[in-house]
Amino acid sequence: MTTTDMPRKVDAGRGRAVRKKRPSSSASGGLRRAVPATTLLWVLAALYGMPVLWFVLSSFKPAGDLFSLPLTLLPHDPTVSGYKAAWDSANFSEYFINTTIVCVIATILTVGVSCCTGYALAKYDNKWLKVFFVGILATTMLPSEVMLAPQFLVVRDLGLYNSLAGIIIPAVLTATGCFMFRQFFLTVPDELIEAARIDGARELSIFLRIMVPISRPIMLTLAILSFQWRWNDYIWPLLMLNDPDKFTVQIGIQSLVGAQNINWSLVLGGSVISMIPLIVIFLVFQRYVMNADINAGLKD
Amino acid sequence: MTKRAPDVSASPPRRRSKYTLAPLVLIAANVVLFALFFVWPAVIGLVYSFTNYTGVGAFQFVGLDNYQHLFGDSTFFDALTRTLLYTVLFVPLNFVFSLLIANVLVSKHAKGVSVARVFFFIPWLLSPIVVGVLWRWLFGENFGLVNYVIEKLGGSAVPWQSNADLSLLVVVVAASWAWTGFSMLLFIAAIKNVPVSYYEAASLDGAGPWRQFVSITLPSIAPTSFIVILLNTIHAMKEYPLFASLNSGGPGTSNNLLVQYIYQTGFKSGQIGYASAASFVLMLILMAVAIIQLVVNRRVENR
Repeated sequence: MTTTDMPRKVDAGRGRAVRKKRPSSSASGGLRRAVPATTLLWVLAALYGMPVLWFVLSSFKPAGDLFSLPLTLLPHDPTVSGYKAAWDSANFSEYFINTTIVCVIATILTVGVSCCTGYALAKYDNKWLKVFFVGILATTMLPSEVMLAPQFLVVRDLGLYNSLAGIIIPAVLTATGCFMFRQFFLTVPDELIEAARIDGARELSIFLRIMVPISRPIMLTLAILSFQWRWNDYIWPLLMLNDPDKFTVQIGIQSLVGAQNINWSLVLGGSVISMIPLIVIFLVFQRYVMNADINAGLKD
Repeated sequence: MTKRAPDVSASPPRRRSKYTLAPLVLIAANVVLFALFFVWPAVIGLVYSFTNYTGVGAFQFVGLDNYQHLFGDSTFFDALTRTLLYTVLFVPLNFVFSLLIANVLVSKHAKGVSVARVFFFIPWLLSPIVVGVLWRWLFGENFGLVNYVIEKLGGSAVPWQSNADLSLLVVVVAASWAWTGFSMLLFIAAIKNVPVSYYEAASLDGAGPWRQFVSITLPSIAPTSFIVILLNTIHAMKEYPLFASLNSGGPGTSNNLLVQYIYQTGFKSGQIGYASAASFVLMLILMAVAIIQLVVNRRVENR
């Protein structure tokens, strides 16, 4: 795990003040204070970690051992048969590929479109932009859940029903993404643009050659968030997809637990598989997630 | 809000009209998406809520019939009250735990903060479907770890799935567990922005940790607290996937929430018009929540 280098990076942007957060205690009082704080921290961490740990360890038990008493934390006889069963029998590999396609394409489009919009909102002054900015604000007020039925009809009438495009395209507009880029570009000095204009650069090439490259950290942050939103999406794919060949992972898992008799071995294996991509991405890129200004956060 | 840096706004006003094409090209894609997937659905949704549209074929305007039916529909009211109950339970629980954890995480006395943070954060990464599956596994009535531990300690198995209230409680706990990571991040950022000198001054005056928390931290992070409450309230009002995978709104239909109600009337029974009316009621609630919080927030900030 790369967790050890986290605090340094997370604190990096916040300056030195962070480090001396609380008044420092004397050397002798240090331990006396460290013990209760550390104990509380780790009791809480254990409380939060336990469900996942139990779930993941259970997934390594053979189907016959899942319910055998007494329950044991560690599998006696670790096996990946649940994973194999999930991967093969429930078309899981297909769902996995579908979800990956949706996530990758939606993320690329979301980042690109949000970057353009955020830049325009930050660096141009135009009354239509102001109108549109209010419009984007409105999308955060009116979550897609309350427009399920009409949105479904629109997407159906556009001929996107039962296609992965029907999940991808409506997801590209995100207020969060536009705000993140807008906030970033507001901090970029206008002199940079002015200088490029004086050198005769055209507007769009200023954007593509100068602004896009310097916004790379925001791109990465939004990409991670977008990937997570799409990977975890449930209700919209459920509405859009009718054909089991096109199901996403979340629908696949839900259809397994919705069954009359739950095959827990299958469900556990499938669920753990579905967690892996996000956890890997998080562990690799956690400083971008931890730093994300997710205040506007919100919507997907 | 779109105000530019002073040096630019000081330049001659004619510059303004000089750049219309470039920004319009840049926002074009989002404008199209906004019109197609937001404006159009919002308009037809409002229109359909006054019709008996079923998704196909012709429809008639029925005036306020849908809304009248809705208020006489006990299933809708059950879903609404259950949603409100869920929200009222989830929001404070999430608030207390994420604030507590954020405070422990910024404490310089606690050891292993960077590793522990991952434990709080991973649940937020998991999809609501997986969170539901996971807690269903933990709280199984006959096989779950929780009941096993309770029985080991001498208690008797608790009907986590077949009692409607307990079933809701499990979802509340699962949701606060899953959402702690998000609220916690917001709190951490807010707490770190409180000037250190406040604490130093308070400490010189002999204020203990609890006193410092109540008198300095809590008031200083009030704006963030409002954001956390607002976001969590809105999130809770539209919860669905977690219920779908944890107990399918069960036992029976006792924990069907609003979004599930909309989904079922709109897509299972094909009553698009009626479902649209229900959606607009949900929307009005969400907007009311947002407006109340904005007003309260402004009042607090002006004080």
